[in-house]
Amino acid sequence: MTQTTAESAARKQRAQIRVRTLRTDRWWLAPAFTFAGLLLFLIYGFWAIFDGSYFVDPYIAPFSSPCLATSCPEGARLFGLAPFGDWYTLPPGILILGLPGGFRLTCYYYRKAYYRSFWLSPPACAVAEPHGKYTGETRLPLILQNIHRYFFYFAIIIGLILTYDAVLALVHKPAGLGSWILLVNAALILCYTFGCHSCRHITAGRLNHFSRHPLRYKAWTLVSKLNARHQQFAWASLFSVMIADLYVRLVAKGVINFPFA
Amino acid sequence: MERHEYDVVVIGAGGAGLRAAIEARQQGKRTAIVCKSLFGKAHTVMAEGGAAAAMGNVNSSDNWMVHFRDTMRGGKFLNNWRMAELHAKEAPDRVWELEAWGALFDRTKDGKISQRNFGGHEYPRLAHVGDRTGLELIRTLQQRVVALQQEDEKLHGDPEAYIKVFAECTVTRLLKDGDAISGAFGYWRETGDFIVFDAPAVVLATGGIGKSYVVTSNSWEYTGDGHALALLAGARLINMEFIQFHPTGMVWPPSVRGILVTESVRGDGGVLRNSEGRRFMFDYIPDVFKDKYATTEEEADRWYDDQANNRRPPELLPRDEVARAINAEVKAGRGSPQGGVFLDVSTRLPAAEITRRLPSMHHQFKELADVDITKEPMQVGPTCHYVMGGVEVDADTGAASVPGLFAAGEVSGGMHGSNRLGGNSLSDLLVFGRRAGAGAAAYVDGLAKRPAVTGLDEAQTEALAPLERSGGENPYEVHHELQRTMNDLVGIIRKSEEISEALQVIEKLKERAKNTASSGSRIYNPGWHLAIDLRNMLLVSECVAKAALLREESRGGHTRDDYPGMSAEWRRRLLVCSAKPDGTSITVEEDVQPSMRGDLISLFERSELEKYLTEEELAEYDAAVKES
Amino acid sequence: MGYKAKFRVWRGEGGEGRLEDFTVEVNEGEVVLDVIHRLQATQAPDLAVRWNCKAGKCGSCSMEINGKPRLGCMTRMSTFEESETITVTPLRTFPVIKDLVTDVSFNYQKAREIPSFTPPADVKPGEYRMQQVDVERSQEFRKCIECFMCQNVCHVIRDHEENKPNFAGPRYLMRIAELDMHPYDVADRKESAQEEHGLGYCNITKCCTEVCPEHIKITDNALIPMKERVVDRKYDPLVWLGSKIFKRQR
Repeated sequence: MTQTTAESAARKQRAQIRVRTLRTDRWWLAPAFTFAGLLLFLIYGFWAIFDGSYFVDPYIAPFSSPCLATSCPEGARLFGLAPFGDWYTLPPGILILGLPGGFRLTCYYYRKAYYRSFWLSPPACAVAEPHGKYTGETRLPLILQNIHRYFFYFAIIIGLILTYDAVLALVHKPAGLGSWILLVNAALILCYTFGCHSCRHITAGRLNHFSRHPLRYKAWTLVSKLNARHQQFAWASLFSVMIADLYVRLVAKGVINFPFA
Repeated sequence: MERHEYDVVVIGAGGAGLRAAIEARQQGKRTAIVCKSLFGKAHTVMAEGGAAAAMGNVNSSDNWMVHFRDTMRGGKFLNNWRMAELHAKEAPDRVWELEAWGALFDRTKDGKISQRNFGGHEYPRLAHVGDRTGLELIRTLQQRVVALQQEDEKLHGDPEAYIKVFAECTVTRLLKDGDAISGAFGYWRETGDFIVFDAPAVVLATGGIGKSYVVTSNSWEYTGDGHALALLAGARLINMEFIQFHPTGMVWPPSVRGILVTESVRGDGGVLRNSEGRRFMFDYIPDVFKDKYATTEEEADRWYDDQANNRRPPELLPRDEVARAINAEVKAGRGSPQGGVFLDVSTRLPAAEITRRLPSMHHQFKELADVDITKEPMQVGPTCHYVMGGVEVDADTGAASVPGLFAAGEVSGGMHGSNRLGGNSLSDLLVFGRRAGAGAAAYVDGLAKRPAVTGLDEAQTEALAPLERSGGENPYEVHHELQRTMNDLVGIIRKSEEISEALQVIEKLKERAKNTASSGSRIYNPGWHLAIDLRNMLLVSECVAKAALLREESRGGHTRDDYPGMSAEWRRRLLVCSAKPDGTSITVEEDVQPSMRGDLISLFERSELEKYLTEEELAEYDAAVKES
Repeated sequence: MGYKAKFRVWRGEGGEGRLEDFTVEVNEGEVVLDVIHRLQATQAPDLAVRWNCKAGKCGSCSMEINGKPRLGCMTRMSTFEESETITVTPLRTFPVIKDLVTDVSFNYQKAREIPSFTPPADVKPGEYRMQQVDVERSQEFRKCIECFMCQNVCHVIRDHEENKPNFAGPRYLMRIAELDMHPYDVADRKESAQEEHGLGYCNITKCCTEVCPEHIKITDNALIPMKERVVDRKYDPLVWLGSKIFKRQR
């Protein structure tokens, strides 16, 4: 409580401990792994966008789906459509990757991950950050993180398309390893997407009387269960999408060519 | 010296203190809350089970009369009946009021406050939040104080204009003007600087005395400050021989010995077993309770699902009975490896249910003892938990015999008689906290002029003494010896010779305490603080021992090995403790327990009263029944 | 059973101080607070430390043990190697009074800045009807024992003293969430959460959740849901538009 005793200047000071942290455990390990994992994903993603072998019937690489350009092979197009005309000659992935990318970039979990590992703000708990000033997400550009829920809406569409791709592949090639890889990937992505904090808010998080909305409450409890594992699904789906994408490309390139590929 | 002028000074910021302060402020009085710890850390947070209030939300047969009867029965009819009556009548309103201040109790299916079973209560009666009800209570009252401060800020521009918390501030003396209270003297723990409150009314709400015992569920604050302050100010303490040993405290590891295992473990299905695996409580049902408790395990187990047609399990007997039973089992060599008995809930409820109903117990055992209570039994034993005795007060206003002095909560005496029922403590805080606050406000209104502060120099000299000596006794050692003495000699089972021995040790410790020295400065110096608190613990311990020696019967929280029976003659006698202002010569005298009002005593069956009352009193009862 | 442990404890009045070395006996089943108490009783009677319940229920004995915010009473000695030197320092974010005791008045100041529970005027005590599912979220937040370790560890103020006036800290942002989710609270807290109490400073790096001794999911269950509620009010154009149209129709 505020006290009315006379206070000397020294008594308004924190403990003058001149080290960044007194932690004795390997606190740098987690941010280092996070940094490496995210960096790997960025490098792979950059390569994958410009890699042309994204389609081999019935598989389409997730990084290039939905394929919306005329340059896409007929079978790769979503419902056979190519809404972008001939003028678009860049890799098709660029058209859509902003959506899942933005979803992950503004995701509450990934924000924690890269704020800690890339921006060191803070690198780990009770370890001082190296920045002189901090304003958090109060102003541009970081205030834009608040549009996360719009990316979520688009992410549902992308997630459903990937599921559609996987089901289609499974129908055409039920004995193909690729079909199953795509299916697992789609499942993990859906788990990640529907476990989103914005999704939790939209289902019923914004309500104060769960009991008056039993269905929405039910949905909220389901989403909450996924949400509790949001971090795990974030990493699992990050790697599954890379693996699935790489697999399809390697099949397309003929590198993987065993009978049930 | 720092000086403040207030209308009402409340010492203690637990449930009773905060409720008293809120009431005084709501009556327009300028109120100070003085507490030894930070705001919101008081011992009330340790209360787990709930607040007993006959709201009848779970069983609609419950009402204040049933609650009154349970309370009197639990206290073995030694209770101040007027307090028990007010308590039973007002507790529901006090609980509902908390809800309007933001408390979130667990709910029934129809959205009301849920109530749980507890030892000695006939119906499910305890409003609760999991097993952290005390925390909810203290937080709600704390937030109510903040709400009032926000109101004052809007009205007067100063949040602390009408209610201010002096945290980490210890009161060492009450100040008087002639016979009446005129203020309080204390020190800031943070700086060691002295502080004086000019106030015509002081409400004591300092809690209990458990720190005079080694094995206790109480925190360091429970040094009997209020009891001692009242004694030194000339007030009377009653029922000091009655100390409740909670039957289930942790026994291992040694550093947490005494920490409480909530009674709700038993209320929710936990059973007590000895090392032979026997549910031994069936062997310890006393005659007075024979027809109220199940005699077979089958009936006891059925009770959890069907309370209307079965009698309750003997694990839910009042605390004194269970504590004595555990003590006897351990003495007979049927204890657990670490000297307790087994309390098992793991074979009685599914794991998920245990973690939902008893989250903090699960957490406590996991973190402190590395025991998973969903998989294995706990080891428990009796621990010093609550003092029934305290400042003798007027039931309606909380006023002590000294004008201007009020007391509420554990520091006051009478409400619980010789034994308190679980859950009656939290409701006691609320009911009598409010009444003491209102009593103090009314007292201030009735004063013609403010009393003047005297006795500052003496108070200051006394407080500084330990710092000015050098090379004296280590206060920690004196404290430790007192704790051992009280635990071993005036503990759960008492004997005349042992109590006399304890009194001799206390005499010696008093001399040694006068000689304690504390090194270091006045800034946050725990050694110094302890040296000052020793005075209080010794005074209170002497009262307890002297009263325990006098009462030649066993009743509730006072068990005499040499007088094992309960005596109807002794029921009519109150033991009253008083002291000289300098703390020398503590005397304990007998006084008469007033008889119960006719309409209240008529609430009982004659067959039950026969176990407690003298023939003379039974004749009064017959007359009262005839009249009504 | 017992062994001698090496302790380094911060000693000093005010911010000036130093780490002092002690060798002290440790017995089976003890926690760090027991060892601090043994130091008091045997070697340093004026060593200042706050504590009350010694059972993890009051949140008084917050300190930093080997650099991590912990409750002294809930940190078992068996979690350390016998050869390890255990460093005990006061909470870093608050001014030191003496040794391990810090001035935590910042928190009480912030507590007073959060508008209190505001029930509708027409509901009388005893008339409240709430379903268990409706109170469970806020009940989780009310488990808080106010140990202030989340306030201490949050880098927004731990590393940036200058943010203190504009940032309520996790504990009090959680209090806002608790009230905002309360079925009977009628006050509007979303705007002020962002504008006055600094919810936007939170970059959800979750240290508050990591150190919480009550295992409250502060970030996932209080701060992020509160951020989403703020988005509803301030940043979501669709919701904003919808509410405008809806209001007009009414």
